[in-house]
Amino acid sequence: MSTMLEISGLHVSYGAIQALHGVDLKVEEGQIVTLIGSNGAGKSTTLRAVSGLLKPVSGTITFHGQRIDGMKAHDIVRLGISQAPEGRGVFANMTVAENLDLGAYVRDDKAGIASDMERSLDLFPRLRERLQQKAGTLSGGEQQMLAIGRALLARPKLLLLDEPSLGLAPQVVATIFQILRDINKSGTTILLVEQNAHMALEVAHRGYVLEVGRVVLSDDAKVLAQSDEVRKHYLGVG
Amino acid sequence: MARESGLKARAAALAPEPMTVLKQSVLPLVAAFVIPLIFHFGIGPSVGAYPSKVLLDIGINVVLAVSLNLVNGFTGQFSIGHAGFMAVGGYTAGLVTYYGGYRIWGDSLPHGGFLGAGEMLFLVATIAAALSAAAFGYLVGLPSLRLRGDYLALVTLGFGEIVRVMIQQTSDIATDATEIAATSWPSLLWKVGGALGFTGLPFYTSLFWVWLWVSLTVLVASRLKTSTHGRAFLSIREDEIAAEAMGIPTTTIKVRAFVMSAAFAGVAGSLFAHEVGTTLNPGELGFQKSFEVVIMVVLGGMGSVSGCVLAAIVVTVLPELLRSVDEYRMVAYALTLILMMILRPQGLFGLREIWEIWPFKALFRSEAK
Repeated sequence: MSTMLEISGLHVSYGAIQALHGVDLKVEEGQIVTLIGSNGAGKSTTLRAVSGLLKPVSGTITFHGQRIDGMKAHDIVRLGISQAPEGRGVFANMTVAENLDLGAYVRDDKAGIASDMERSLDLFPRLRERLQQKAGTLSGGEQQMLAIGRALLARPKLLLLDEPSLGLAPQVVATIFQILRDINKSGTTILLVEQNAHMALEVAHRGYVLEVGRVVLSDDAKVLAQSDEVRKHYLGVG
Repeated sequence: MARESGLKARAAALAPEPMTVLKQSVLPLVAAFVIPLIFHFGIGPSVGAYPSKVLLDIGINVVLAVSLNLVNGFTGQFSIGHAGFMAVGGYTAGLVTYYGGYRIWGDSLPHGGFLGAGEMLFLVATIAAALSAAAFGYLVGLPSLRLRGDYLALVTLGFGEIVRVMIQQTSDIATDATEIAATSWPSLLWKVGGALGFTGLPFYTSLFWVWLWVSLTVLVASRLKTSTHGRAFLSIREDEIAAEAMGIPTTTIKVRAFVMSAAFAGVAGSLFAHEVGTTLNPGELGFQKSFEVVIMVVLGGMGSVSGCVLAAIVVTVLPELLRSVDEYRMVAYALTLILMMILRPQGLFGLREIWEIWPFKALFRSEAK
């Protein structure tokens, strides 16, 4: 197993406010790695720095050994990292099909896109039923499915997910997490940011706990789920 | 291997039929040349001089509205400097046909008949207009498209005003053939009439040329809207961050939209400059003209090509129809706009096209798949 993504000493600021104070993190190829923590801990900020939507102040991010910090977001997508942004970010006035099509914007192998389109629709059959419907008319869960399906159309090596469970019914969350497992089994590495620590640690191989811009705990997901700290603060038990 | 050949078969199955290629690519181009001919030789002579002039105005406004729609409608940026690009194009084209005409024929009168030498010079002038306006679009777009919303609007407004004021500072037009022959091109660039306007341009603008450019503009815009490229434009308007996360280079696309839009505005400027009954002067191409175009786009529906065409027609024809109640005409016009914004703030068609709207849907159904 080799390291796919390595973040070290990452500092990110929003103007005068420092959001990350030196985050270190590793994602091994083929794994699901989750970042958990409460509101404002810096989970989404870390993800956005990886995808290039934010420029770090200092620190390095390497992907397969290549420095990607400071690169433009659209160039990072071409390297094989794609993101389902927080709040889903579907193009509301476009149809489901058009949204998926844009997911493949960086590619031009028509046949490959067509087969990946089928794959996304097989993963999310609900989307197939709604192909010609405007994305804005979908339910929250369906929009999340579309955001993930669309991110997969870039055929990423690493898929970044920002709070896929946000605002969704437990049943829908369970469905989506089962699908994340399937996506991972077929070879896509996943970096998952979640507030729902319970679900996240259940699917993940490895977990990192973030508190006010620092990694305070990191371990095997199974071990983390059993640790007193995590149980008390993030799982609401004990 | 089986999977590989399956994909090949699939790609082959997705490749368009030759008849579809003919229908989708060749027919619209043929139509783009036939429609202007119908306007020029059919409709024009049968409706008479005044309606023909209105048809010219409509066409120019359609080019302006559809091109501004690329920026304000498709890409969701807010530019209010369209008249500036129109002015750049108009003056560029004027320089070519006026001083070019003097250099070639010793005067600035129209030469040759339909598609004759003079009109070819006009075609060259219009293409030069598109290129120079596009260059200005690039210059303005590159730094300012990093700005958003109101800030961008202010920069474009400022650009339009700078162009207008610069033109006001220019010196008198040269009218003497021998003097013109003796003057170098760079010094002729400044002799475009100042505040009085660039008068004496040959009247080359005809129904054929206007509607040829209308057809091309509409063709480009509507083709763009349904292409992957066009969807990238629209995605920026929908959600810029998500677009960036999809790998869409948003700044590049915005600059591209700006350049395309400016080029067609330049074309409209050239058509305007050579039209009977208009004068190319800085006052005509101030921010009022820019706002007029913005109104057309907002009325028609930001992002709807057919909506912009319809709105350009309405905005051009309405003041003409209201001429009989002359003193109330501008009031009625303003009232129409206000009512429209209250009753239908998304514009006539919103983001949709005419064939996607109920009573017309049936008419176009056979065309669509």
